Amino acid sequence: MSEDAQEQTHGEEAVAEHGAEAAHGADAAHGADAAHGAEGGLQIHPMDQFIVEPLFGDGPISFYTITNVTLWMMLAIVGVFVLMVLGSRGRAIVPSRAQSVAELTYGFIRKMVEDVAGKDALAFFPYIMTLFLFIVMANFLGLIPTSFTTTSHIAVTAVLAMAVFLTVTVVGFVKNGAGFLGLFWVSSAPLPLRPILAIIELISYFVRPVSHSIRLAGNVMAGHAVIKVFAGFAGVLGVGAIAPVVAITAVYGLEVLVAFIQAYVFTILTCVYLRDALHPSH
Amino acid sequence: MAVDATEGAASAPGMPQLDFSTFPNQIFWLVITIVVIYLILSRVALPRIGAVLAERQGTITNDIAAAEDLKRQAAAAEEAYNKALADARAEAQAIAAETRAEIMADLADATAKADAEISAKAAESAARIDEIRAGALEAVDAVARDTAAEIVATLAPTASDDASIAAAVTARVKG
Repeated sequence: MSEDAQEQTHGEEAVAEHGAEAAHGADAAHGADAAHGAEGGLQIHPMDQFIVEPLFGDGPISFYTITNVTLWMMLAIVGVFVLMVLGSRGRAIVPSRAQSVAELTYGFIRKMVEDVAGKDALAFFPYIMTLFLFIVMANFLGLIPTSFTTTSHIAVTAVLAMAVFLTVTVVGFVKNGAGFLGLFWVSSAPLPLRPILAIIELISYFVRPVSHSIRLAGNVMAGHAVIKVFAGFAGVLGVGAIAPVVAITAVYGLEVLVAFIQAYVFTILTCVYLRDALHPSH
Repeated sequence: MAVDATEGAASAPGMPQLDFSTFPNQIFWLVITIVVIYLILSRVALPRIGAVLAERQGTITNDIAAAEDLKRQAAAAEEAYNKALADARAEAQAIAAETRAEIMADLADATAKADAEISAKAAESAARIDEIRAGALEAVDAVARDTAAEIVATLAPTASDDASIAAAVTARVKG
């Protein structure tokens, strides 16, 4: 499917070029070819793995179309269900292995919420648990070769980050009223500095969802793209492919780490923001 | 046109993440996924795991309390055993002392009785010895008299009577 789409774009380009200046068109076409790495049979499409495409048939992607996004998000639901529901169905006093993992996850996030955001943030524990489990499950499912990584898309992480941002802002104003604005008024700083600091605090507050979302999507995307690039090298090197394969193995190990750490970072930042909303004083 | 073309080349194979036409699709399915996971967790998984953890905590606390209780019982039992042992030992000593005293009393009693018997028997024997001695003196008297009478009779059959003989013998024996 992805190949088809590219062919189509190329066709359109060619038509457009023919309509305009021929020399420029040739240049652009050559550039496009170079971008595809046509030289020396080196075929690297590191970003093709992120293309959203319908699972059944072709055609335009409307919001309800069943795409590879749908498939891998449903698999994430299945993963969460298996881990947290099937894993804990024994309700054993002495837990099985699966139940231990479920309990460890529960304890890990619960302790994080309690320690970072405070006891009164435990009302948000299911919500934060949902974020963590979705991200960690999507990240690890994305590490399966030929899979699709939903968390590599800025659309997904931005929605998650915006949801956190809006929740935190609403909770901050509901719990503290106008006192929530005290978050931007650094009362421990000298008085002349406070307006300047207030502007900086305000900007940093609104940049939060941006960094929050791009950090996750960027990390996941970069690692996957690097693996694909090395895989492309391995394809043309013959016996020398051992070097890229070793590199892929190393990067993959790093990616396993990143998959967990980025989910952890996203979750703990959510807790930090939540603490600001519940206790805005500096 | 050229700018358009390079942009197209950059966005189609370049960054599928920036292909805005797929955003509604991704966001739609993301919201469904998040809601489903939230419902699974908040309705089933988290209450269940929380209950299991609380139950385990309760079981551990109860077990520790029970162990504490048993330990206390064991200590009490040991104390009772030691006390019983000490009591038994004291009783045994008391019984031994009592028995010894009884035996001593019995012994003294028997000794006294035997002493009395012995002294009675000694007195009786002394009386009989006296009697025998008296009897023997009398017998010596009689024998001496008889012997004297026989000698007199043999030497001088008509010389004297019995009375004078007896008086003579008595005088001699006494002398």
